[in-house]
Amino acid sequence: MIRSEILREIAPILRDELVVCNIGLPSQELHMIDDQPTNFYMLGTMGLSSSIGLGLALAQDKTVISIDGDGSVLTNLGTLPTIANNVADNFILLIIDNGSYGSTGDQPTYAGKKTSLTAVAKACGCDNVVEVQDKDLGPVLQAAIDGKKQTVIVCKCDSGNIKLPVITMDPVVIRDRFMKAVAG
Amino acid sequence: MSIDKKIVDDLVANDVSFITTVPCKQLAGVIEEVEARAEIFHIPSNKEDEGMGLCAGAWMGGKRPAIIMQNTAIGVTINTLATLIQYYRMPLPMLISYRGELREPVACQVEMAVHTKALLAQMNIPTYHFHKQSDASELDMILKYTFMCNKPVAILTDANFWGGYGDQ
Repeated sequence: MIRSEILREIAPILRDELVVCNIGLPSQELHMIDDQPTNFYMLGTMGLSSSIGLGLALAQDKTVISIDGDGSVLTNLGTLPTIANNVADNFILLIIDNGSYGSTGDQPTYAGKKTSLTAVAKACGCDNVVEVQDKDLGPVLQAAIDGKKQTVIVCKCDSGNIKLPVITMDPVVIRDRFMKAVAG
Repeated sequence: MSIDKKIVDDLVANDVSFITTVPCKQLAGVIEEVEARAEIFHIPSNKEDEGMGLCAGAWMGGKRPAIIMQNTAIGVTINTLATLIQYYRMPLPMLISYRGELREPVACQVEMAVHTKALLAQMNIPTYHFHKQSDASELDMILKYTFMCNKPVAILTDANFWGGYGDQ
């Protein structure tokens, strides 16, 4: 499965949760598949989905799911020790690991070569790290939400993209709508 | 009252309750004070752009954030300031040690010091420079201003403000 197929499959699970979604195609795909006020779309700033999600989870009680990519986690690898050492049990980091930089033309990442982000997350001290194959993600994600334990999910999948438009919503509108959903 | 305590008192009085830090010798006392306060959640970050992501999330979750870092971090965080903090219009007080100014013993620090104010000006970031300890009397107003206008605001604190490096 490619990322857009995975997002389509887990959209019903994501719908009721606060979601911080990674820059580029992941946000565009989630926006097209199931736009919700509870989705915070990143329009720039590669790498910070996990950091924004962790800050949000530490600041309030609702479950937060950061959707990240292997390339973006590699950009901000320092996030994993911070997550490990500041446990928020309402935080789930979902790394869609397709071994490539999807938004820029599927150039390979090191996660698609010798580097295992699952092993890196464990070595950083993250307590609940689950590696899962794309087709099995739904139940694993639901269990992580229901388990109320900070969890890092590394979802291995195929690289590949669909054609879709950029998000034209104003960033302040995205943010304001999201903050109302957080507070609501 | 120590300057470290005065700074953290002002942060707490302005309801700042989520602070990320990247250490600096000059900021050590403030960071220690931040860590000691029950009203503040202190989360050290590994890099300043990561820290700004944490602050953005905390603010959207209803907490007032702040970041404490060195001026070298301006070089690290330009993209994050432009595409996250400014683009989504978020408030972020940045308490910055202004390394490479008068009384600086490390020559390389000057290399970023000479760019610091120019970069902040280029980014249209309101910037305040504390040179004497009495300058900190404005901190309360600067914090109120930051959360009024929802912008990143820089507070540069130089070696003279901190009383030098102790060995000069």
